[in-house]
Amino acid sequence: MTAYPTRWTRPPQLVKSRWWRIILAIGAIVYLVLAVGSVDVNWTRIADGWERGMRFVGGFLQPDFTTRWKDISTGLLESLTMTFTSTVVGILISVPIGVGAARNVAPRWIYAICRSIIAASRALQEIIVAIFFVALFGFGAFAGFLTLTFATIGFIAKLLAEDIEDIDESQAEAIRATGASWLQLIHYAVQPQVMPRLIGLSLYRFDINFRESAVIGIVGAGGIGGTLNTALNRYEYDSAGAILLIIIAIVMVAEYASGHLRRLLK
Amino acid sequence: MLRIQSLTKTYKTGDKALVDVSFDLPKGQVVGLIGPSGAGKSTLIRCINRLVEPTSGKVLLNDLDVTSLGTGELRRARRRIGMIFQEYALVERLTVMENVLSGRLGYVPFWRSFTRRFPPADIARAFRLLDRVGLSAHVDKRADALSGGQRQRVGIARALEQEPELLLIDEPTASLDPKTSRQIMRLIVEICREDGLPAIINIHDVVLAQQFADRIIGLQAGRVVFDGAPADLTEEALTRIYGAEDWTAMRKGAAEDAEAETEARAHSEKLLGAL
Amino acid sequence: MSDAQIWRHRTPKTQLALWVFWILLVALFVWCWNTMTARTMWLFVYDAPNAAADLIGRALPPRWSYMEKLWVPLWDTINIATLGTLLGIVLAVPLAFMAAHNTTPSRLVLRPFALFCIVASRSINSLIWALLLVSILGPGLLAGILAIAFRSVGFIGKLLYEAIEETDQTQIEAITATGASRAQILNYGIVPQVLPSFYGISVFRWDINIRESAILGLVGAGGIGAQLQASLNVLAWPQVMLIILVILATVVVSEWVSAKVRHAII
Repeated sequence: MTAYPTRWTRPPQLVKSRWWRIILAIGAIVYLVLAVGSVDVNWTRIADGWERGMRFVGGFLQPDFTTRWKDISTGLLESLTMTFTSTVVGILISVPIGVGAARNVAPRWIYAICRSIIAASRALQEIIVAIFFVALFGFGAFAGFLTLTFATIGFIAKLLAEDIEDIDESQAEAIRATGASWLQLIHYAVQPQVMPRLIGLSLYRFDINFRESAVIGIVGAGGIGGTLNTALNRYEYDSAGAILLIIIAIVMVAEYASGHLRRLLK
Repeated sequence: MLRIQSLTKTYKTGDKALVDVSFDLPKGQVVGLIGPSGAGKSTLIRCINRLVEPTSGKVLLNDLDVTSLGTGELRRARRRIGMIFQEYALVERLTVMENVLSGRLGYVPFWRSFTRRFPPADIARAFRLLDRVGLSAHVDKRADALSGGQRQRVGIARALEQEPELLLIDEPTASLDPKTSRQIMRLIVEICREDGLPAIINIHDVVLAQQFADRIIGLQAGRVVFDGAPADLTEEALTRIYGAEDWTAMRKGAAEDAEAETEARAHSEKLLGAL
Repeated sequence: MSDAQIWRHRTPKTQLALWVFWILLVALFVWCWNTMTARTMWLFVYDAPNAAADLIGRALPPRWSYMEKLWVPLWDTINIATLGTLLGIVLAVPLAFMAAHNTTPSRLVLRPFALFCIVASRSINSLIWALLLVSILGPGLLAGILAIAFRSVGFIGKLLYEAIEETDQTQIEAITATGASRAQILNYGIVPQVLPSFYGISVFRWDINIRESAILGLVGAGGIGAQLQASLNVLAWPQVMLIILVILATVVVSEWVSAKVRHAII
């Protein structure tokens, strides 16, 4: 009768070396202490804020749609039109860029150009882009429209390019074998394969653009964000609550509708 | 040891999975439960530890009426009943040892299982069982790194770690190749003999059942149509169980099997629901 | 020859429907465009190329010496993202377990509540959260951390509860059959299955949060965005340029780190 061990400890799963585990743990603790220490909390300000916070919660529970309805409806209309136009224009521009950024159908130099456009669009946050467009084109929805269009290009073109790179090569081969031109190749071999996903992506981007349109208004690029900013600056929490509820409702509707549409188109 | 009295299970859809099933299982007996797929084998096994809630009838485990137990008592009853599954049902991302130790969950308090500090006796038993099923070299491996036969051995060790008084075994060989199937069946039966453990093995392979079981129970459309020694399983008895060419019943049976599974899942979901 | 077959790509009916769809889409676009640009000053737009050239001329070269004032805000930015992500995780995990239909303690009360929290958090951009929190708590790091946390809750919560709903039920059934309590089923049956996706989601969100925390300062929530706002206010374009370059570099580094970490975990 052999004696079996009576102790067992779970072997470490992620970091195998004991020393590294200790170093990582100490590092994490030191970082947390330093990071938390760098947050200086002004308790009296927060105590003041508590009352305002409660007023905000109250405003959220009893939203006031009527007092500022004119501003709200203008902002909302601006946001929605901005979202729609920028999504459409963004897609129109991103289709050629997406095709150009697909390694299997584009020449090398076009590929390089298209990829750098995508990288620039993705690396710059909407807000920073919006600041620049507001500086160039003045306050208002047009700057917002350009911002969202620019952001849409990076998003759609990148995913479209990845899709095209993933297409079934044998189908492209078959079309090429018929002696088709480059445009015919795109039309017959590539388009049918990526179209369903492109539609799905467009609907998804519409969703995102609406959410973003609510934000870029803060730096003056039109839309409901500007209205919200004004309401908060005036401490009108009941109007702000109403605006937030409208945003949440529209996002939910858009999400539900686009999910439904995507399923329908499949 | 185990007494089943007029057990009946009717699913919500109105399908009768079990109709008035009764039998006794004495200590140390290995029963092979055969029948066409969907005859109610899976349902019967799951009614014994109430992963599926029976509609009527009784399950008596050493005179303890399992069917009437409350949540806490049911947990204490379940830990005495080991179960081995068709698709192994190991927690794939845990180590082999953790999977075996999970057989002790019904015995240890939460903090011990959470910190993986099981009592020394449990750990020694787990090592012994892994040695018994031939896996002492794989203690610290993750379950998803093992082959099918090895995983089923872990499943066996987990069930035995419970120190069960009864084993319920659901199609232990369905996902294994013929050679491994035999090895696994032999291992199960050997262990049952060593410990005098009674077992109900739900199995579709009649030859394996005849070879390894002490007794065969044949189910057909939820009813017991054969109950006797493996030697008595004649051509005529097999026709009674499987039907000459009764394909329609079989097809309906497949649907019922699926139902048993979904109900069992819904049930475990409901359990979790009360978390 | 009357029964010679004429091949058509589409049936006349679908053809007509498609035409109507396109005409409606164009009409909608034109209407949206007109509504959106109703208040646009076209004079600014025509002048934009000149303005852009002028702006870039003034922004270059970046004022490198300003860098020494950026180290502390940069450190703050990283802290906002990290602490915000941690707080977001702490809040999101219980919500996810409440929202997943297979672990929720109550289907009628807590599940809808958790789902609403997740949707509300997701609909509101972190910048809007920051706007709100700065208005309540006053400017500073704390508002930024909370804003990031509140936005992360929806993201992490949604992805995590989907992961919980996709767990393999047979493994859970097996743990149940051993007589485990509910807490033990959670600990042994569910948590090991969702842990990898949990790590992936958290790191992914941290990466996004680094981007977002860089701009929170625009509304007073601390970090490098505050410097951006200050520079913009005095039209110090060379400083703005430098800050944007620093933000870009941070984003690239954080993307690299998160890709590395995710690769190591999965």
